[in-house]
Amino acid sequence: MEVFLPSLVSIAFHGVAYGMILYVISVGLSVTMGLMGFVNLAHGAFAMAGGYVLTSAITRLGLSFPPALVLAFIVVAAVSVLLERWLYSRLYDAGELEQVLFTIGLIFMAVAAAQVVFGMLQQPVLLPDYLKGRVSLLGRDFPLYRLFIIVASSVIIAALWFGVERTLWGAMVRAAVDNRAMAQSIGINTRRLFTITFALGSGLAGLGGALGAEIIAIQPTYPFEHLVYFLIVVSVGGLGSLRGPFAAALLIGVSDTACKYWLPEFGAFFIYVATIVLLLWRPAGLFGRRL
Amino acid sequence: MTSFIGYGADPRIRFTECLPWLAAIAVFFLLPDYLSLGARILTYILFALSLDLILGYAGIVTLGHSAFFGFGAYVAGILSAKLGVTDPLLLLAAAAAMAGALGVATGAVILRTHGLTQLMLTLAIAAVCLEIAHKATPITGGADGLSGVTIAPIFGAFKFDLFGRTAYLWCLTILFASWWLTRRIIYSPFGATLAGIRENRVRMHAIGVPVYRRLLTAYAISAMIAGVAGALLAETNQFVGLNVLGFEPSGELMVMLILGGVGRLYGAFVGPLVYLIAQDFLAKQFPEYWYFGIGLMLVLVVLFARGGILGLADALVARWRKLK
Repeated sequence: MEVFLPSLVSIAFHGVAYGMILYVISVGLSVTMGLMGFVNLAHGAFAMAGGYVLTSAITRLGLSFPPALVLAFIVVAAVSVLLERWLYSRLYDAGELEQVLFTIGLIFMAVAAAQVVFGMLQQPVLLPDYLKGRVSLLGRDFPLYRLFIIVASSVIIAALWFGVERTLWGAMVRAAVDNRAMAQSIGINTRRLFTITFALGSGLAGLGGALGAEIIAIQPTYPFEHLVYFLIVVSVGGLGSLRGPFAAALLIGVSDTACKYWLPEFGAFFIYVATIVLLLWRPAGLFGRRL
Repeated sequence: MTSFIGYGADPRIRFTECLPWLAAIAVFFLLPDYLSLGARILTYILFALSLDLILGYAGIVTLGHSAFFGFGAYVAGILSAKLGVTDPLLLLAAAAAMAGALGVATGAVILRTHGLTQLMLTLAIAAVCLEIAHKATPITGGADGLSGVTIAPIFGAFKFDLFGRTAYLWCLTILFASWWLTRRIIYSPFGATLAGIRENRVRMHAIGVPVYRRLLTAYAISAMIAGVAGALLAETNQFVGLNVLGFEPSGELMVMLILGGVGRLYGAFVGPLVYLIAQDFLAKQFPEYWYFGIGLMLVLVVLFARGGILGLADALVARWRKLK
């Protein structure tokens, strides 16, 4: 018991930090999939891009940490607008297979480009001094930066939820998710709504990737390696839902951390099995509607 | 989309369908230095053929087909390296049976779902297989791979030689048998119901087709063929590594099939051939650009040439006929 309780606290803390990052990265995927029915496997590439923008803004441009975070959001969102307008929009009516292939193609290109520009090695994250150091909580020491991740993610998530649930834009998004044809016929410009939502979702992924660069290492294979996790969050949480993926992300963050802490020899095995069982029990996800 | 071959088309073997086999035999005599690459290509053609059956004909989108390929490879490898079973035909049969059983077990699960959930389940199942192979080091060799795979001569007469001649002919024989089987399936009424399910599932339900059972059968057959392909790889390489499992080999296989053309039977022949030869020449010199090129090609194929190489060839032939 002496050892068990502190380790439980530690797992909860790191797990929540990890889960928050997973949510910030994946929520855009959930909304765009629910809104446009587009299977965007390349979503992780946006998160990776955010991480690279952050690290190179700090090391090459000499920016300080907060503006680099903002830059990660802006750059990724801007790039995603171009991609959406030029490429993604051509495939909205195409089948699932085409969308899957197209986005796998994008992953390949992103991975290769990252290798050429940044090399195979993991990018170091240079934290500012005020985010280094440790804080003690419930008798254990925790890195301050993880606490910062939890706080910052909470702020982002609160802003996002407020935006989607309390503003006119959010009402339009929800209307379009519920019934696209109806939303269109009462005069909502769904085309433009898609672009804005896609940009926001990708920007959030970039921000999440940047913020979580210290937890999920920024390296070229990022979009491949973590794809399963992002998809698990979305499919277990439920497509098009906002709060479902949050619960799923926290669940996965904490249980993955717990598995790696207590049963490292099994790796991610339990997460995958749990996902399979969950999806069999509720194919539309924990909080999803039948689409 | 007129050139789909299948039920209702003339089932006799056309002259053009002999060409791949003639070419394969010609390669054996003319290019003796490339036989190990040739065996690899033949193995991947077999693997692509199995994917074409469920993806191209039954319309099941899967990101985890490597589970069966890898499972077959590990079954053959473990039987040989740990249990001393070395007869190549027996190993293939064991791999086919085990992969088929895995196909029934996982197919029974994933075919009840659709869309993102199905995609996610195939991916998760492949990930579980990779995780098991990675962590069960005493049995699978873990990250170091499974070495010590020894293979007895085929039928006690033909030894696997250094130049890969036996391996090449062995792969060619197995591929021929599987091609014949697959072709029979595609031209059969069963194949027609698969294509029907792909085109309109609800209508097939309405006319009384047991959709789920048909899909499950196709999935199991496809898993068996993929398992045989995996076992072939294990036999010819005498080694099994972790790279046969997971998302990346599944994705790579999909790229090969798309490149050749989906749902055309021979797309599974053209795709791996072009892909693996290009990889052999380019990937070692320019690994990063190679991956970039693959990605770019995939994007271009999806945007502009949905039928792959064979689709383009069909379009060219059609245009040429029009000009005449």
